[in-house]
Amino acid sequence: MPTLRPMAEADFDALALGAWILGTGGGGDPYHSLLEIQKLHREGHRVSLMDPLDLGDDQLVAVVGQMGAPLVIQERMTDAGVMAETIRMMERHLGRRFEAIAIWEIGGNNAFQPFLAAALLGLPVVDADAMGRAFPQADMTTFAICDLPSYPWTMVDVRRNSLIFTEAEDWSWMERLTRKACTVLGSVAATCKAPRTGREIKTCTILHTASKAMRIGRLVQDARARHADPIAVLIEAEHGLLIFRGKVRDVYRRTTEGYLRGSATIEGTEAWRESALTLDFQNEFTVGRQDGAVRVTVPDLICVLDTESGEAIGTETLRYGQRVTVVALPAPPLLVSAKGLRHVGPRAFGYDLDFRSIFERAER
Amino acid sequence: MKRIGVDVGGTNTDAVLLDRQRVLHAVKTPTTADVTSGIVRALAALLAESRVGPRGIDAVMIGTTHFTNAVVQRQGLAPVAAVRIALPAAATLEPFVDWPPDLAQIVRGRTFMLRGGHEVDGRPIAPFDRAGMRGVAREIRAAGLRAVAVTAAFSPLNPTCEDEAVRILAEECPDVAVTPSHRIGRIGLLARENVALLNASLIDLARRTTRAFAQALEASGIQSPLYLTQNDGTVARADVAEAVPVYSFASGPTNSMRGAAFLSGLRDAIVVDVGGTTSDIGSLRHGFPREANNVVHVGGVRTLFRMPDLLSFGLGGGTLVDPGDPSRIGPRSVGYRLLERARVFGGPDLTCTDVAVAAGLVDLGDRSRVASLPAAFVAAALRGMHAMLEDGVDRLKADPAEVPLVAVGGACFLLPSRMSGISKVVHVPHQAVANAVGAAIAQVSGEVDQVFQDLTRDGAIAEGRRLAEERAVQAGADPATLDTVEVEDLPIAYLPGNSLRVRVRVVGDAARVLAAG
Repeated sequence: MPTLRPMAEADFDALALGAWILGTGGGGDPYHSLLEIQKLHREGHRVSLMDPLDLGDDQLVAVVGQMGAPLVIQERMTDAGVMAETIRMMERHLGRRFEAIAIWEIGGNNAFQPFLAAALLGLPVVDADAMGRAFPQADMTTFAICDLPSYPWTMVDVRRNSLIFTEAEDWSWMERLTRKACTVLGSVAATCKAPRTGREIKTCTILHTASKAMRIGRLVQDARARHADPIAVLIEAEHGLLIFRGKVRDVYRRTTEGYLRGSATIEGTEAWRESALTLDFQNEFTVGRQDGAVRVTVPDLICVLDTESGEAIGTETLRYGQRVTVVALPAPPLLVSAKGLRHVGPRAFGYDLDFRSIFERAER
Repeated sequence: MKRIGVDVGGTNTDAVLLDRQRVLHAVKTPTTADVTSGIVRALAALLAESRVGPRGIDAVMIGTTHFTNAVVQRQGLAPVAAVRIALPAAATLEPFVDWPPDLAQIVRGRTFMLRGGHEVDGRPIAPFDRAGMRGVAREIRAAGLRAVAVTAAFSPLNPTCEDEAVRILAEECPDVAVTPSHRIGRIGLLARENVALLNASLIDLARRTTRAFAQALEASGIQSPLYLTQNDGTVARADVAEAVPVYSFASGPTNSMRGAAFLSGLRDAIVVDVGGTTSDIGSLRHGFPREANNVVHVGGVRTLFRMPDLLSFGLGGGTLVDPGDPSRIGPRSVGYRLLERARVFGGPDLTCTDVAVAAGLVDLGDRSRVASLPAAFVAAALRGMHAMLEDGVDRLKADPAEVPLVAVGGACFLLPSRMSGISKVVHVPHQAVANAVGAAIAQVSGEVDQVFQDLTRDGAIAEGRRLAEERAVQAGADPATLDTVEVEDLPIAYLPGNSLRVRVRVVGDAARVLAAG
């Protein structure tokens, strides 16, 4: 009998804070989703979190996410009913019912989509995701790393325009096809990704990431309440590294091939005075160079936080003059495996760089 | 060119007379319940004492904290009909969803959701439900509501749905005051709608207040144009400004910062306004207060206002010092009762002002009443205050280079003469009326925050600047003095056609001669 942990309203506050930090600059602000899940909660809808290790090997698990531009989500917001409809549509296509919903991307707004759908469908949410953070593309997931099939996908928008992608050659093709369709639908759409078995979830995801996001959120909340430094507390508890502290001196952004690419330069303060850190990004932060030398790269998590509050800052909201602290958190082992790095290492983002974890660099 | 700046605060109404770059005279009078008579008295004193006739005045700029106080105190707010045009999108989170319940209770008249609005690329989400809008307008009339906020999806990119709604409302209920969200807000439907709702609830108060200001001018025989100061250190003509009271929310601290810039001649500096209860620290860039980074909460409502980035903390002239432990300072304050509570004025409480008098930093009240304070206690308490101020300054500074600091406010004697990261601490004449000076020198602005498609970066910014200049001139700026103070471009992920979000702000001096219309 699986243990189900009921989610309390305050758990969602912690989830929002933690998931936005794990978004590493991308993934979108979870604020609207947080409002919606709290509203559903107050209306009596309840969601439980399920340990993935309690899944039976053959149980059928849905994986959902909202695809699109964070800016568009700010206007069109989220819609639990539409998210739930992608799952129903997939069930009709498969002729089978799902028994749980897993998380596609724990970083940012997508951490909430399974909870929104689950609140309406009465299914548990599996405490696991396919990124352990946020990434810009479908081929940057643990499912792609594990060579699981990328299809079928369903996609639904608020008008109930509904699409099904029955087959794609690989994850890159699925990314390309769905991205085009999403743009036609107004650059935001709800998606149910390729269905997974319990065995696949147990072996091909990052486990317990919703718990991790909530744990991080609570750390920050508690530190604020005690007037302690939330960032120091986060680093201590999550075995992170303080990379740099300073003020944003320049932000350069470009849209290329449908992504937000660019770099931000942070001028050091305190121990980093006389030094500058430049962070590149493709939706999420990818590579950090201090005074020209590479210090940190994907898939290590590069988090830019408000120095005072510990609140995450997105690549779209990073602005001149902000006082920020840059923190690295360790990437899950699957992402830094040889196969994992082919999907999410610096070369997957177009850099002629080998991955060396900042945590190994730091040990020397 | 002679200008009068007026600051209508909760306690005092200050007025200053400027002749070009020179402060001719300043007066401080108590604020009155009707507002008008206090201003009339201040203007009469100012004109009489400076021997300048009312016809010699070219412009009057008034700054007030009335509107923000109304929201904070939940007084004088009108119930509002919220009309959102975005269905089938944005359906799950209704208007007022993230408001404090007590404020929503007052402001929420009725809420309506209609089909319409636009996509980010300009296509309609759904055809606008005009018939539904007409029905809504009739319901609003039947309900007797007099204020309406209209918010359509992506209206900052395409305002046509909001424009049509305004037309229909004008036909069906011509007496209501309508705030279309695209006039006020940026991308971010909920936050923009919140600002529109707040604005709609304040329009009636704004009209009455503006009328009181105009009557005060008339009673004083002044025939010059009247301007209201805005959050961003600029002014708008009163007839334009009264429709957007939310733009005047933070004008008090902004005016004091701008006044500090003017009085000191510095364009890039830290400004510290040490009042009776709090210290406000802001940062001047190019002579204007730096704006806040992200969301700003006003009276508990989440907004995307253009507001100065201010750090406020509990340290002022009336802040209490623990007589048993000089390191325990504040946050409680005797506030406006300084003259009855502080020891130097014969009261029982030990305040920061008492410590400053004991230390010889300022000569106020009866110094002998604090003579018994041990020198070590006074030194330790001063160290504590200085540390609080230095910490606040360091937290706000956005530039590692040393910058000057301008001290204003009634208790600025609490500031140390040297601080780390500060090149010099500047004291200025008329520092107690810096607010009114800031109002007198305020400029006129125009802003654009819009997504452009299929243009080069330079082309998009040029178009943004052209629109911003056009808006500044519409708001009363002299075209010959326009200056671009802010340019920001943000390409948007996933969108086609090199979408670029451009934000441009342009300012200029208030035109000397303005037609009434």
